[in-house]
Amino acid sequence: MTDRSARRRPPAWDATPAVATDAEGTLGGGLAPTPEPDLVQLLTPEGERVDHDTYSVDLTTDQYRQLYRDLVLVRRIDAEAIALQRQGELGIWASLLGQEAAQIGSGRALEKDDYVFPTYREHGVAWCRDVDPLHLLGLFRGVNLGGWDPNEKNFHLYTIVIGAQTLHATGYAMGVQRDGAESAVIAYFGDGAISQGDVNESFIWASVYNAPVVFLCQNNQWAISEPVERQSRIPLYQRARGFGFPGVRVDGNDVLAVYAVTKAALQDAREGNGPALIEAYTYRMGAHTTTDDPTRYRIADEVEAWKLKDPIARYRRFLEQNGHADESYFTSIDQESDEVAARLRKGCRELPDPAPLSLFDNAYAEPHVLLDEERAQFAAYLDSFAGADDGHGGHASTEG
Amino acid sequence: MTSITLVKGLNMGLRKALENDQKVVIMGEDVGKHGGVFRVTDGLQKDFGEDRVIDTPLAESGIVGTAIGLALRGYRPVCEIQFDGFVFPAFNQIVSQLAKMRYRADGHVTVPLTIRIPFGGHIGAVEHHSESPEAYFMHTAGLRVVACSNPVDGYWMIQQAVASDDPVIFFEPKGRYWEKAELDESATPDPLHSARVVRQGNDATIVTYGPTVRVCLDAAVAAEEEGRSLEVIDLRSLSPLDIEAVCASVRRTGRLIVAHEAPVFGGSGAEIAARVTEKCFYSLEAPVLRVGGFFTPYPPSRIEDEYLPDLDRVLDAVDRAMAY
Repeated sequence: MTDRSARRRPPAWDATPAVATDAEGTLGGGLAPTPEPDLVQLLTPEGERVDHDTYSVDLTTDQYRQLYRDLVLVRRIDAEAIALQRQGELGIWASLLGQEAAQIGSGRALEKDDYVFPTYREHGVAWCRDVDPLHLLGLFRGVNLGGWDPNEKNFHLYTIVIGAQTLHATGYAMGVQRDGAESAVIAYFGDGAISQGDVNESFIWASVYNAPVVFLCQNNQWAISEPVERQSRIPLYQRARGFGFPGVRVDGNDVLAVYAVTKAALQDAREGNGPALIEAYTYRMGAHTTTDDPTRYRIADEVEAWKLKDPIARYRRFLEQNGHADESYFTSIDQESDEVAARLRKGCRELPDPAPLSLFDNAYAEPHVLLDEERAQFAAYLDSFAGADDGHGGHASTEG
Repeated sequence: MTSITLVKGLNMGLRKALENDQKVVIMGEDVGKHGGVFRVTDGLQKDFGEDRVIDTPLAESGIVGTAIGLALRGYRPVCEIQFDGFVFPAFNQIVSQLAKMRYRADGHVTVPLTIRIPFGGHIGAVEHHSESPEAYFMHTAGLRVVACSNPVDGYWMIQQAVASDDPVIFFEPKGRYWEKAELDESATPDPLHSARVVRQGNDATIVTYGPTVRVCLDAAVAAEEEGRSLEVIDLRSLSPLDIEAVCASVRRTGRLIVAHEAPVFGGSGAEIAARVTEKCFYSLEAPVLRVGGFFTPYPPSRIEDEYLPDLDRVLDAVDRAMAY
């Protein structure tokens, strides 16, 4: 099993944990250490392949390599986005650093017809759905609010209000059910979202209607500054039991385990066996977003301990030890990732600002006289500057 | 011609919607076997099945949130919120998710959702059962907001709302659910977002909607006995507003009173007053006056008649407008 001696905050999972009080006698002093829950793992942090009674993977060398390429590229894209934010090209960025395996493992477990409802951090899943990373940057740069066609990629818009998308996913799955389609829906959210009413309501809906939806909770241990113990007294995957469907905790830094567990849950959903909750146990290595300073609320030792469980380093060791890839392959992926990053940087800087009148586009599907009047008035206002050489005039709407 | 109640008109309209489009589904609390607490969905589950008339768990955010998901999948859900005061648990799903989704997706998706909300007072109910929250939704771009006032409009407007590719908040005056009118199913309905002059007059215009239309019509009859000719407009739509219909009337009468059950402060009447002032300032002989609920929570039902605009308060406003 994993060497977990460096853990700072073992999760509480006992049904009746001892609750500590702090000096003021209020709740919140942390929970007493409790045993490790079952954690599905197919790769140890040292990259050693281990077996599991229920879950397994058997991929070709090409498929194993594909996962590595995905992991490295999305980490590189993420790093580039952080750099672009630091240089003022993006307003903000929510880094996925540390969660690559949770996202690539689950994202690659999806079939083409499956549908994804992400949060705002699922850049790795977006990558798996062929969403152009430049679209993601567009959102964070402020040139659009998403921009990709959700139905083309079967990847819904990023949802920022925590947990709201889990209900959309569940309703979508109810539609899949009514269509008699053989596909599944996956809803992503984090450990903080487990406290949201919408997430709990989506569990209820999915359960009572037996909807084909998989809830994938990336427990990255932190909701901005609040540790997961602030959200739950029990391990998150155990929440599922109370709603009447299975829950499983998987090592979120083990891309093979996440892949296997997600694949099985999606297949169950497609076959009419209803929803499942997967808790991908991982760690947010970076800040919540580029505006956040995690040194204010968590200690460096914790981050250092999780570095030893890095999802890419462990997977690379697995590939090396099993002869799936050698140094020249890794070098070629590094080169490709630099090329992807360079293209992304160039593309980001060249993203045009939207035309002023485009702000009126697509608020409604059908004409709305008030909005049309405001558009006309604003156009006339802008035109009143024409010739004044102040950059305001002469813009055309993108819509008639 | 058939004589029907508003409940029946809505029920018949929903039945038509279910018949005309297989993607229409009805969802809400008690809408199935029970037929809804006001019986608006009576018999629909029996005829269209549990997959199309869906009894949901008791959580409003869940109703609207899952309806959004169904709409994204190509369905056309009609949600029932059982009472006006229960819509607020769904507020995030309506305002932050539903209203913005098409805009955020650059038009790549549509979310044709209708959310039916029985609203208004006069039923002697306990709190949270008599409110008029329409201004919150009017204020939200991406939504359409309409209010029917009578059985015939109920029949046509619910079908038009369901057919709209935009989300529609559909207010039903629950205090008028049992009032009757003659329905001609072969007639051609007015467009969903058009106001209607329901009584012609020359001395002042009264603009209203939903449950207060009947109050204002009664006020106009009483005023006529005193020799005053009042024009009454049923707005029917709050977003978009048919402000041109209002202005056309005000340009003739020179005076405008807006009446609604919702609190006057920050209410729909404020928007109407501002727009009319801007568009026909030189036609006005008096400031636009508003009659409505007070700036208090909805009161206990034994004094709701004091809170709600009635015939005398409407005529008092007319008197004040005429005094300028």
